[in-house]
Amino acid sequence: MHDKISAEEQVLIDKFLADNKLFLGPDPEIMRNHSIQPRSSVEDEILKKGLDTHQVHHVRGLINAALSEAFSMVNQMGAAPGAKWGDLVTGIYTAQGDLAMIAPHGIIAFAACCFYPIRFIIKNWITDPTVGVKDGDGFIHNDARYGGVHNTDQSMMMPLFYKGELVCWLSSTIHEGENGACEPGGMPAAAESKYDEGIKMSPFKVVENFRLKRDLVTFLQNSVRDPKLQLEDMKVKLHAVMRLRERIIAILDQFGRDALMGTLRLHLEDTETEMRRRIREMPDGTTRVLQFMDSSLRENCLQKLSLAITVKGERLIMDFRGSAPQFMNRAVNTNIASFKAALCTGLLQNIWPDLPHTMAVLSPIEIISDRNSIIDAEGEMPQAMSLMPMFKACVAWTIPMNKLNYSVPTRYSAIIASQYDQAATFIYGGLTQHGDVTGNFCSDINGNGQGARSHADGEHSVSPVFGFMCDSGEQEINEEDTPIIRLGAQRLAKDRIGWGKYRGGMGYEQIATARGSGMWGFMTGCEGSKFPSAQGLFGGYSCPSYQLLKIKGINIFEELRKDPKVVEVFDIVELMNKQPIKGGQYSSNDMGMTFELCNEGEIYMICQGSGGGYGDVLERDPKLVMKDLAEDLMSHENARDIYKVVYDEKTLIVDEQATAELRAQTRLARIQRGKPFEQFCIEWVKPEPPTNVPYFGSWNDNSVIWTVNPAIGLRSNMPASAMSGVFMPNPKDLQILQLQAQNEALKAKLAACESKA
Amino acid sequence: MKVLITEYLRINLDTEQWECRRCGHEHGSARDNYKKGLLVYDRDPREVHKPLLDPAKYERTYSPDPNWCRILEYYCAQCGTLVEAEYLPPGHPPLHDIELDIDALKLQWKDRQEVTEPPVGPDLALEKVLNHRALHARTHGHQH
Repeated sequence: MHDKISAEEQVLIDKFLADNKLFLGPDPEIMRNHSIQPRSSVEDEILKKGLDTHQVHHVRGLINAALSEAFSMVNQMGAAPGAKWGDLVTGIYTAQGDLAMIAPHGIIAFAACCFYPIRFIIKNWITDPTVGVKDGDGFIHNDARYGGVHNTDQSMMMPLFYKGELVCWLSSTIHEGENGACEPGGMPAAAESKYDEGIKMSPFKVVENFRLKRDLVTFLQNSVRDPKLQLEDMKVKLHAVMRLRERIIAILDQFGRDALMGTLRLHLEDTETEMRRRIREMPDGTTRVLQFMDSSLRENCLQKLSLAITVKGERLIMDFRGSAPQFMNRAVNTNIASFKAALCTGLLQNIWPDLPHTMAVLSPIEIISDRNSIIDAEGEMPQAMSLMPMFKACVAWTIPMNKLNYSVPTRYSAIIASQYDQAATFIYGGLTQHGDVTGNFCSDINGNGQGARSHADGEHSVSPVFGFMCDSGEQEINEEDTPIIRLGAQRLAKDRIGWGKYRGGMGYEQIATARGSGMWGFMTGCEGSKFPSAQGLFGGYSCPSYQLLKIKGINIFEELRKDPKVVEVFDIVELMNKQPIKGGQYSSNDMGMTFELCNEGEIYMICQGSGGGYGDVLERDPKLVMKDLAEDLMSHENARDIYKVVYDEKTLIVDEQATAELRAQTRLARIQRGKPFEQFCIEWVKPEPPTNVPYFGSWNDNSVIWTVNPAIGLRSNMPASAMSGVFMPNPKDLQILQLQAQNEALKAKLAACESKA
Repeated sequence: MKVLITEYLRINLDTEQWECRRCGHEHGSARDNYKKGLLVYDRDPREVHKPLLDPAKYERTYSPDPNWCRILEYYCAQCGTLVEAEYLPPGHPPLHDIELDIDALKLQWKDRQEVTEPPVGPDLALEKVLNHRALHARTHGHQH
């Protein structure tokens, strides 16, 4: 054996290894790089020749129009509920796979993930003689490990050849829902490994000569619960991409290849330049935020996400070290590439919505994370409910960036507190009234309350936390397709408010049951039942906690037939407190529920949530308080106790002087009860997490990660640099153990009594 | 020269002090944690997010669990303004949330005009939602 090999031998070895790679899994070289690549030689040549900026602007407008048209096609023709409500995108990428432009109304994160599989195709399939990439080919993909939000989203990606040269890539992505996972609907919280997540499409060719390959389509249909949906939306995405292709070819015919390729590249570079300019405008320094997720969707446990944003000159560094470890058998993990796509979304949605929607906004940002943490999970772990940490990424910016941004003399967009950041909607599945098997989710996910702004209240149920789309669907259409009956909908959740000088926009109640199905069920995937999720800003309060409420063991249709007035108003608080339906089992539960059968007429109730509040509640204009009362958004108790307004409950006329006096007294009371910070910390700060809370993540040192084994109550810690995943016991096993222990104790008690007798 | 940092905090570059934007009270050195100059109170979250469901009937009532979550309220020691509301698990060290490079800040503001009232940015996020609603209404032929 010799320890020195020649360059020629090294080339041979590299070629041998490349040719004989056992498995083309997710490629770290691709998946860990979120920045735009250096110019290709073609791009460099075009840009060095120079482009007419007016023409670039013109071409950019035409591309945008083409993307918008393709978006509308999918929106109108798509069969998936997500497509009907706008949970989709179309995008265009450079020849080397950099995401250049996203349809103006689309979901940014979808496209912000899609360049990963395109880069995979470029790296592996172009030169592979068994695959190849040629005109008329189309590639499909859904596995988020190769790039994607989660496996319920499916993409169609197509290379565009012009005069024999690959000039760009096109894509269309829809949140399809059903994907054959262990629970219906495509987002199985019950997944304990990646093999429970349903069909796992690495990027592969499913279209040749612009036609779907029927053998592969059949295989995919055979792998999911909704074969009609699978076929129809594959056609829809293909034809939308083909229309987009026609439009781009028209641009190429009119302006030439250099204009198109140059515009795509310049768009990326200009955006990155503008990002760096805005970063330079902010003060140098570090701001921090902590977010706490309180559920794995199987059990309550507190998972910390730690973020420090540091600005130095034109560098912006996001440091997530100290965050919770990944769970080996819980679905709430995300890989770092998906997490970054959510960061991209959050930046464009919450901080600088005026910037072009392209990956170049994230390109200059450095992101640091601990490997094997919940936001940088790797290996066999499931990530079907990656939405949990990803939604946190969407709003992670709001507090630390506003603390950096507030001083900047130019305000590019309004300052907003955190939007409600949970997937507060029913996921469903089972047999429809037509006898079809289906699984998907309701469009209420689009109704997250907006965070309060620095100049106004947040808008109610404005949009999902991950996009600007807004429709929550037509219930009549849903009732035609599924057995879900809405007993209450779009009623704003009174008193569930992120308080502040300006309050968060509120969410609405969703009260659902099922009718006409032999087998139907729901699941929900939300956190925030113990620890509120949407954070306030500058003294504003967070949203409250939210619960999943159930009334089981009844059939509301039978009850209403017997007595049409048994329920006067389908209002969650009233139903739960008054319990008007006799014999019902009323329960208040965590907002995370794995799939559960709903018998006909049983009632499930959840809320969309409020955004965080902005500023001190004592600065809220009493007129706005009265307005909230007049609109029945809030009770008198809160108007008095939270906002400290003195007024006449009947006329809602404010006694301004008494209010000013009460507020002055309240401020004084604050001063009296508050303690100096350092004295407070001596009493408050503990060296370890509380023993009665299953806690995951760093505590007082980001380099040390705490975990708990709930089976034996064992707390331990490990270095963040050598983090390993946590394997959780089955909550039902724990419950059985607990019941067995109780049983044994009772038996012992009984035996003691008998022996005495 | 004073630089606005949040709704309730500013930095006086001349004195290098954190100041309250409501009453002018000095909280302490701008090179240090502004929280050191504030008063803190450990608030039971059930006082702010009151139980809406009957606690006699249900454990989960829409109030946060006080064993999992507390609200640290930070008040200006002079005027009592609520400067920050920090939600933390019991005993978790408060976050040093703003740590600025004061020398760089001075340099940055050397040629800038002082801003006494913060500008209000355009509501671009909302505008985008409204645009999408209009597109949806056109696409589906109805009004929302």
